[in-house]
Amino acid sequence: MSNLNNQMVNKYRNDFLKEVEANVEEGDWVKMCMQCGVCAGSCPMGPYWDHPPQEIFMMIRAGKREEVLSSTSMWMCTSCYNCIARCPRELPITHIMHGLAHYGKRLGIAPKNQPTLKFSQKFWDNLMTNGRVNELKLGIALYFIDGFVQGIKNALAASGIGLGMFKAKRLDPMEILGGHSVKDKSGLKAMIKKAQEIEEARISGNQ
Amino acid sequence: MADEILMGAYICKGCGIGDRLDCGQLETTATRDGKAKFAKSHDFLCSADGVAMIQADIDSGETNHVIIGACSRRAKVEAFSFQNVTVSRANLREGVIWVRPDNDEANETTQEMADDYIRMACAESKFQQVPKGSGEQPLNKNILVVGGGFSGMTAAIEASAAGYPATIVEKSGALGGVMAQLNKRVATKSPYADPEDTTVADLIAAVEADPNITVHLNSKVTKTAGAPGRFDVDISTESGATTNVSMGAIVQASGMKQFDANKLTEFAYDKSDNVITQLELEALAKEANGGPIKRKDGKEVQSVVFVQCAGQRSDKEGHLPYCSGFCCTASIKQAMYFKDANPDVDTVIMYDDLRTPGAGGEDFYRSGQKKGVIFTKSSVSTIDASGSDLTVNFHDKILNEDQSMPADLVVLATGQEPNSGPDPYAVPMEMDDDASEEDKQAATDAHEVAINVESILNLDYRQGTDLPHLKHGFTDSHFICFPYETRRTGIYSAGPVRRPMDSQQAAIDATGAAMKAILEVENAAKGAAAHPRSGDLSFPSFRMEGCTQCKRCTVECPFGAINEDEKGYPQYNESRCRRCGTCMGACPVRVISFENYSVDSVGQQIKNVDIPEEFDEKPRILVLACENDAYPALDMAAQNRLQYSAFARVVPVRCLGSVNTIWLTDALNSGYDGIILMGCQKGDDYQCHFVKGSELAHTRMSKIADTLQTLNLEEERVATYEVAITDVERTAQLIEDMAESIEKIGMSPFKF
Repeated sequence: MSNLNNQMVNKYRNDFLKEVEANVEEGDWVKMCMQCGVCAGSCPMGPYWDHPPQEIFMMIRAGKREEVLSSTSMWMCTSCYNCIARCPRELPITHIMHGLAHYGKRLGIAPKNQPTLKFSQKFWDNLMTNGRVNELKLGIALYFIDGFVQGIKNALAASGIGLGMFKAKRLDPMEILGGHSVKDKSGLKAMIKKAQEIEEARISGNQ
Repeated sequence: MADEILMGAYICKGCGIGDRLDCGQLETTATRDGKAKFAKSHDFLCSADGVAMIQADIDSGETNHVIIGACSRRAKVEAFSFQNVTVSRANLREGVIWVRPDNDEANETTQEMADDYIRMACAESKFQQVPKGSGEQPLNKNILVVGGGFSGMTAAIEASAAGYPATIVEKSGALGGVMAQLNKRVATKSPYADPEDTTVADLIAAVEADPNITVHLNSKVTKTAGAPGRFDVDISTESGATTNVSMGAIVQASGMKQFDANKLTEFAYDKSDNVITQLELEALAKEANGGPIKRKDGKEVQSVVFVQCAGQRSDKEGHLPYCSGFCCTASIKQAMYFKDANPDVDTVIMYDDLRTPGAGGEDFYRSGQKKGVIFTKSSVSTIDASGSDLTVNFHDKILNEDQSMPADLVVLATGQEPNSGPDPYAVPMEMDDDASEEDKQAATDAHEVAINVESILNLDYRQGTDLPHLKHGFTDSHFICFPYETRRTGIYSAGPVRRPMDSQQAAIDATGAAMKAILEVENAAKGAAAHPRSGDLSFPSFRMEGCTQCKRCTVECPFGAINEDEKGYPQYNESRCRRCGTCMGACPVRVISFENYSVDSVGQQIKNVDIPEEFDEKPRILVLACENDAYPALDMAAQNRLQYSAFARVVPVRCLGSVNTIWLTDALNSGYDGIILMGCQKGDDYQCHFVKGSELAHTRMSKIADTLQTLNLEEERVATYEVAITDVERTAQLIEDMAESIEKIGMSPFKF
């Protein structure tokens, strides 16, 4: 159990709802759910979720901390906003799902091999290098996400597309050498650093 | 001479009647067959000019029995209402031209139909008199309110404010009832966020300050005799001192009893002081007075679980099968008691379906959620009270798993039971002979419970001491059509004795009942009927020399209006009567009649229909249609231009209960080929405006088969139906069906 996670458990004495309200984006909406199940019925990814939002909210109230934060469910959200549009109690369900996913990740108890989580991390790391997404590198990283052999297979399978994109001048092989960056890379990094400091301060203020 | 019958017939030519029918012939029919003194036609009878023509004839003494051949009696009621004369309506529009095709082939039978309706109207007119009213009671504005709780006090205050002095009889030593035991009540005003003051103290103060309200504490009603406008009531105190008062009308606001939570052994109510009912929590909250709520053993409550639907909405033995409707919002309110004092107290409401009725119900629920009350959709199986603290075992219905939760205190949301008197019509449930002894015993026990309760009104009526019950012991009332009417005219129930409700609903209910009581006081002074024949001045009377004291009328009257004198003759209490005519239909010797509705006034209509000879192949179908639902349905069928047989002759009756079997026997004997009776839905979900009329008619008609047999007629010739006002197409179809089956079985041989 990560250190941060330990701190949280001690702090909220198993009252998971309060913990969510304090730490999760839009978390204070969770108590307003009236268990109608419209979100669960509206979610296009519904069949692939272990727990639809309605159930997640009930689990939070029932204090099922580990089960919720380590669940893959929130990571399945594609931000289609169908649930928000339909929720009769006007809960920002999409935001809460992302908030919960983010919170689980921060505590280090998010599911380890969840593809969305892994891809998100790769995307972020890629973006932070030059302040721009290097599509070639990101694509290659994505091919090899499940190991070297699978990566080669993936690359070969997609080689036709790659060639086509190259011919259409949509893909520059030279980008592999580092690629172009934003104009003021250090300025961007300073900005992100400041944002992270503010976020850290907010979190430690909650602790 | 005032008593001389001067029949004047008026035929309207408007609305296409003049084009489709030979009005000259109709005039001849009225004077020749109907024996009208004169007949006149008018192009537009309901116009100011037409009405003035009739009024002029009335004023000059030309006529005192007006016959109008125009539209249905349900149309143009205002235009054709004339004072001090009888008015008969021949339904030429909805009853004839609108239900018949306009072609040469049909015209002959259509004209015959119209002629018959004119003859029928004339026959009816001949046997009608202008109702004079009984003058049996003067205006008595006093209103008795039985029960000094929230509903009772509200009814008394509303009556008094309208100028009708009220008398409250309260069996306990103080006003306020159950509501006085509450700490606060559910929010009644926007933004519906917080519990509010119960306002009981204000009500008590208002009652005590009102010179028009008399309060009898520690008292009961020990006798109620008489009728609306002249109720003779004994009010007795515990010590036995009796006051006799005369009352115009009565509001019974006897309130509710709490469900006995000792029956809920699975929730350990009988074992632990920490499992309490909602009402008991109100006492704890009152004691805490806004501070932390403490248990009986003095421990400050840190966690509380509310168990909804405790012993209700359940088909288990001894449980209430219905939803009491107030308990969900009450539990939210009570959870707020804890949260408002200390937001750290854990409050969990375990519900199956959360129901928060009323305008602010949903807002109040949301406010509870905002305050941090946890709502868990679950069913509580048991409560373990072996330790000092409790464990609630429940099944989470969202997560579909069994769970348990510790709690300092458990509150059971038990339901309301009506505080009714014994049901005059309670009968032991019918049991098959092969039913087990236990089942038989259970049925007997249930019956004992229904009758072995203390009477509240002690009515000195032929039919029992109290208001009849409908379901689950609540007083009878028709939820949709006439919610405040009971089956005892002039006595209105209000509050949770009528159905489970909260204080806001009770306030509306009590006001409604007070208004009905006022209306009845005024009606009684005029001798006019209450709903649904509002304003009818006629009342039943009987020919004593013909009466055989069979008591059928006194037993069958759905409103218990008829008492018996010492010789067993019926005593009509006109102001208790609703003018349905069920007594008239019941009477085997046909001695009961109303001034404007009698065995003759309908029987003569039936007899005056022209019955063609058998070989003319023109059958006659008599339709006796209830004027409340079936007749309007037929009118609507006509408005929709649905067609039915030209051989049908429709006679509206006040209620199918008023149909005397002599009408059927006479009709069959005089050559009618088929008879259709259309009444309202009977049974538990009755729609009969007179509660039992349709049911009684169906019972009587089930015995008509014997009559048919003795006449050697086919059973299909008489059919009885339950019809709703919406059965527009069906009513027309039923007539068509009868016409078809007559075609199959052939004409009646009784045509002379």
